[in-house]
Amino acid sequence: MDIQIEKLTKTYGPQTAVNDISFDVKTGEVLGFLGPNGAGKSTTMKMITGYIGIEKGDIHIGSKSIIDPSNDLKKHIGYLPENNPLYLDMPVIDYLEFCGSLQGIDKSNINKRVREMVGICGLNREKHKKIGELSKGYRQRVGLAQAMIHDPEILVLDEPTTGLDPNQIIEIRKLIRDLGKEKTVILSTHILPEVEATCDRILIINRGKIVANGTPETLRKQAQGNEVLKLRIEDGEADVILKSLKELDSVQSVEYVQQNQNLFEVQSLAEQTSKRNIFNLCVQKKWVLTELTPLETKLEDIFRNLTIN
Amino acid sequence: MQTIWIIAKRELATFFDSLIAYIILGLFLGFSGFFTWLYGNDIFLVGQANLRVFFSIASWSLFFFIPAITMKMLAEERKTGTLELLLTKSVSDRQLILGKFLGSVLLVCIALLATLPYVITISNIGNLDNGGTICGYFGLLLMSITYTAIGIFASSITTNQIVAFMTALFIGLFFHIIFGVLAQNFTGSIGQIFDALNLQSHFESISRGVIDSKDLVYFLSITVLGLYLGEWSLSKRHFS
Repeated sequence: MDIQIEKLTKTYGPQTAVNDISFDVKTGEVLGFLGPNGAGKSTTMKMITGYIGIEKGDIHIGSKSIIDPSNDLKKHIGYLPENNPLYLDMPVIDYLEFCGSLQGIDKSNINKRVREMVGICGLNREKHKKIGELSKGYRQRVGLAQAMIHDPEILVLDEPTTGLDPNQIIEIRKLIRDLGKEKTVILSTHILPEVEATCDRILIINRGKIVANGTPETLRKQAQGNEVLKLRIEDGEADVILKSLKELDSVQSVEYVQQNQNLFEVQSLAEQTSKRNIFNLCVQKKWVLTELTPLETKLEDIFRNLTIN
Repeated sequence: MQTIWIIAKRELATFFDSLIAYIILGLFLGFSGFFTWLYGNDIFLVGQANLRVFFSIASWSLFFFIPAITMKMLAEERKTGTLELLLTKSVSDRQLILGKFLGSVLLVCIALLATLPYVITISNIGNLDNGGTICGYFGLLLMSITYTAIGIFASSITTNQIVAFMTALFIGLFFHIIFGVLAQNFTGSIGQIFDALNLQSHFESISRGVIDSKDLVYFLSITVLGLYLGEWSLSKRHFS
């Protein structure tokens, strides 16, 4: 099911939490929702899942509007809220059965679905414990299990990997990627490598407005600008090398990273690359090129540039 | 309807898992049993085989215990955030309110059923007025659903259980005592209005064995109003 968000606006008193945002998410796509604290991520997710009302604009899920309650779109959505609220006094199995039956799974299927979820989320050893006795990571798994129990077509996950150990994070990311092949997934996170590892598309939102929308590659290209290379050249005098590099046609500027180790940072002119020129220069001068690393703009930098106010 | 039942069932299961149910049942039976059988104006002094004494004492103990049952219903869900979890599943605000209401009423019904030994005891002593007894229980039930609805509303407006408990008692106090006192102090139409609002007089007329549509309308309309206000208070999150 596709999700279309049209001109969504929400204000809390004098504060505008979400300001006229529009975007689409298609089936088979994992959308990463990024933004600093208080940017409006959770508010948008709460509106998609129908927890809070829409002030202006509309959300269509599979061409039906969520404003009309008779469409009963909540059945198609699995939601893991922020901070993962759970009934701490319920045993894991009972809790999952409760969630499943509320989502309308019939009695004959419910045990099967609960067993599947316990398996997928790695809860087998903990399944008879009360949720309150579980560690944070296991609670997070229970939260994921309840979101997926009715096999929804849309998954909305607010920070799904907080509190998980590194192995579990890798497993959950893989799970989200697999689910994303046939479902529509929206996940919010603060962890930037996570977005690169799991998402097909990134949406960066700041102060209620969308400030970037695209695949990690396109975002990086937009923010990249000129080529930057990190070089280490041995068997030569640092200042001689610096001078020769500066004389290359394609080079805009050269700086020392560490003079005593012959480490340089070379920025090329716009739309040009200096890699071949540098190699040829080294061959000509009989220098040894021991390191040549293209420096990519990191997602962190893009994020910081777009969201620093 | 099924959704309402699922929610009510979970409420009941939570009650019995967490000792709250046993404490409340124990206190209710201990309190009403002590004053019915052992202390003061007890049932043996009446000289008749009826349960009037019990009904009037039970009406007081329910007045205190129902807010204790309902106080956590929505206040805690709101506080821990599980409200969001429930309402983003295919559960409407109304279904949630009705489920919570049904769960609490069922617990009160269990408490009332646990007093059946009283009925059996009295019917062994003398010729029990069956109609009156059934009407008495019916009156207690009507009173319970009214106070439960008020309690659910009180629980829906706060995240603090103590505040919910006190609010429910405060609202209940008007129906239980204050309107009655005002009715005695005012004459004319104002006095009549307060008398019509006085829960005790409606309860007494039912437990005396007279089931009048006026009393039914009274109890049911406060119940519906309480539940409706609870639903309204939940739905306020859409417009903040």
